[in-house]
Amino acid sequence: MEFGIVELSRLQFATTAMFHFLFVPLTIGLSIIVAIMETVYVMTNRPIWRQMTKFWGALFGINFAIGVATGITMEFQFGMNWSYYSQYVGDIFGAPLAIEGLMAFFLEATFVGLFFFGWDKLSKTAHLAVAWLVAIGSNFSALWILIANGWMQDPVGAAFNPMTMRMEMTDFWAVLFNEVAQAKFVHTVSAGYVTASVFVLGVSAWYLLRGRHIELARRSIAVAAAFGLASAFSVVLLGDESGYNATHSQKMKLAAIEGMWHTEPAPAAITAFGFPDQEARKTHYAIHIPYVMGLIGTRSLTTEIPGISELVAQADTRIRSGMIAYEALLTLRAEREATPQVVKDTFELHSADLGFALLLRKYTDTPQLATEAQIKMAANDTVPTVWPLFWAFRIMAGLGFAFIGTMIYFFYRASFKRMQFPRPALHLAVWMIPAPWIAAEMGWFVAEFGRQPWTVDGVLPTAMSVSALSMTEVAITLAGFVIFYSVLFVVEMGLMLKYIRKGPFLEVAETEAWMQRHDARLAGRKNADAIAMVRE
Amino acid sequence: MILHELLSYETLRLTWWVLVGVLLIGFALTDGFDMGVGALLPFVAKTDTERRVAINTVGPVWEGNQVWFIVGGAAIFAAWPPLYAVSFSGFYLAMWIVLAALIVRPVAFKYRSKRDDPRWRAVWDWALFAGGAVPATIFGVAVGNVLQGVPFHFTDDLHAIYEGVWYMKFLSLLNPFALCAGLVSLSMLVMHGAAWLTLKAEGPVQIRARRLGSWAALVAVGGYIGLGLWLAYGFDGYQIAGAYVTDGPSNPLHFQVNKGGSWMDAYALRPWIAIAPAMGVVGGLQAFLGLRAGREITTLLASKMAIFGMIASVGLTMFPFILPSSSDPRSSLTVWNASSSHLTLFIMLVVTAIFLPLILIYTAWVYKVLWGKVTEADVSENSHGLY
Repeated sequence: MEFGIVELSRLQFATTAMFHFLFVPLTIGLSIIVAIMETVYVMTNRPIWRQMTKFWGALFGINFAIGVATGITMEFQFGMNWSYYSQYVGDIFGAPLAIEGLMAFFLEATFVGLFFFGWDKLSKTAHLAVAWLVAIGSNFSALWILIANGWMQDPVGAAFNPMTMRMEMTDFWAVLFNEVAQAKFVHTVSAGYVTASVFVLGVSAWYLLRGRHIELARRSIAVAAAFGLASAFSVVLLGDESGYNATHSQKMKLAAIEGMWHTEPAPAAITAFGFPDQEARKTHYAIHIPYVMGLIGTRSLTTEIPGISELVAQADTRIRSGMIAYEALLTLRAEREATPQVVKDTFELHSADLGFALLLRKYTDTPQLATEAQIKMAANDTVPTVWPLFWAFRIMAGLGFAFIGTMIYFFYRASFKRMQFPRPALHLAVWMIPAPWIAAEMGWFVAEFGRQPWTVDGVLPTAMSVSALSMTEVAITLAGFVIFYSVLFVVEMGLMLKYIRKGPFLEVAETEAWMQRHDARLAGRKNADAIAMVRE
Repeated sequence: MILHELLSYETLRLTWWVLVGVLLIGFALTDGFDMGVGALLPFVAKTDTERRVAINTVGPVWEGNQVWFIVGGAAIFAAWPPLYAVSFSGFYLAMWIVLAALIVRPVAFKYRSKRDDPRWRAVWDWALFAGGAVPATIFGVAVGNVLQGVPFHFTDDLHAIYEGVWYMKFLSLLNPFALCAGLVSLSMLVMHGAAWLTLKAEGPVQIRARRLGSWAALVAVGGYIGLGLWLAYGFDGYQIAGAYVTDGPSNPLHFQVNKGGSWMDAYALRPWIAIAPAMGVVGGLQAFLGLRAGREITTLLASKMAIFGMIASVGLTMFPFILPSSSDPRSSLTVWNASSSHLTLFIMLVVTAIFLPLILIYTAWVYKVLWGKVTEADVSENSHGLY
């Protein structure tokens, strides 16, 4: 594969998106865990829970800063590097991004300042409300972003308009309630909850191993294990739901993940292990588990799941149909309203396959005149590279089950064994910390790499989506991002570790004193601070 | 869905032209003072405690303020996709510099006071300065270029192509007119930051901010008038030629556009728009006097009026143009041929009509909770709770 502007732009997008997603899941999950802890504090009025809220809140803050900063890159990058994509689908894709800002990001960002700065200025319940608003904002953010991304995976509720040369929204509700998007949303936020739970669990386990902050650590484990257990089940179940959705919307991605080169008689077996070979269209040393794939993919014993070879044949047919649409489009573009009705009808009939004709643009500027060889190459291009998908998916799914196991164990010890945790289990929890990040990155890799060669499945090829930039420009910005992000990453990790080593800022006694001062302040007594200070 | 036809396409386009203006002005009015404070930081605050006072005046609010910018960008994407595509890719390297500044700024806010090492803090102070001054200047430079028209064209399938080799694409943005516009926008936001510090700080920080801010206000007003004259006599405007419809498909290539005449013709056509530049000049002078006299709330309001007037005047002068093309005028983007579809504009309007008032209400509440001065005593006592 030659390395051009498309590949360089993809590399930049992958780098910035995957870096961004190092921070997002922890923000999503930790915002809720912190809000839960503060809820317990407000309900019980026990200082330890405020101490926990402040401690985990501080770590949340360090993480949140980079999440926000790198998120801006994501929004800018569509226009900067993918301007034809922005022009072509902005009518649909832009709306959820804007709604995300209005509905979620404003909420989250406006109140996050108050969460950190408002302790002295707000009553306990008002501050609790602020904490929940931050958490709700973070989670709603994810909803709208995933509606946008879900549309790229399964572009429902939109049609091509030859007068504006772009896709336009025809049904907002279809975009909003896109099944792919909804499953993706729950899957992704659950992954965030698992990430935060594993993080809280691991850090707390480290404290227990060191014999520090025992009270804080034990209670934190109890929260993380309960929350993490529910989330780990949810993430796996919704991952399964995504698999089911993929059987009707993204057949090629599913076949590639499974290394299913040819259609098998229903119910298909799942390949647990093997070495996919793209050239030979074969998976070597495959270990199959019968029936499972058919059950996951179709929830039936009789429905077939198409294999890669059959899907390539289908793509071939759609490319030929798309060529007819493309030819009609040229007339429509030139004649506009004066286009003969018969051409308009032809376009209508074939416009659903227009995207497949655009695959030919990689090989020819006149797709309507493509040769047999070009059609064949374009059809083969619809197969993503199988082995990275095959493995990334298995790593993600394996880790998903590992999280369920871990959470069950810690939940059991926390609930029924008086919070006594054997040391090896605590060590395991510490070593487990990076695992949810690996799983999340693998998940996004499967979602995005598995959609190739498309940016919008079946509608717009990645190769056409890029901006008209020079390699130099993109190389400069990519190098800039790599340098910047590396520095930020080192700084962020340094601060995280520093704050974790340091533990909570205020001891329980200090927290109690603050609570008394705060109560006095709220009671409106003058010189309340002075009185409280004297008492200390 | 038929509901969206309640509002005509033309009305929706006009509404979204206004709304994007509102979001961008909202950004300048709120995050503008954060950037101004950043740009002033090394000059108004000398000791670490003074710096922390200055930083903490914006500490709890900058994050929410910045969302005006993010939502402004997203609204352009959703409501004016061709504008988003052309401007973000055309101004590629300049955009990246803005991005770099906006990445550094949040991190600098959060991380600066997390370590006591003076060198650590000095680095982040520098980052806060750059994070304020650089975007404040570049936004002005961008507006300066938009007024002159930028060199791009659309292919038949609406691929946006920005003319020139890569380094010239960037360097040609730095022309004299645009650089002056950058200076005006920097001064404008420095004035605004100074007005904010006058309200929220006291002592030496406030005194220095008032002095520097008053000079900035004069530069902003003087520069703004100068640029207006330069634009009137030095540059051509753009006009849509021939017959056109205001509710047709969003395809710039369906219009004919001529370069010629003057942008200032807009004031002959719609004299009422002169109120915008008048607000800019009067507000700026009022801010100058207020900063000199040490008035607090009224100075901030005057500064807001100046910013509102100056930014609004650009949009109103160019109407109906949004982004004219100097190399291929027919590719120019206007209000009538560069929007999203009728349905998308309508849905976005419904969402905005629900959420924008809510945002204004809770933002106002947050400012109310945080009302009052940030003092040196506050920041010294509270070394963990504050930045």
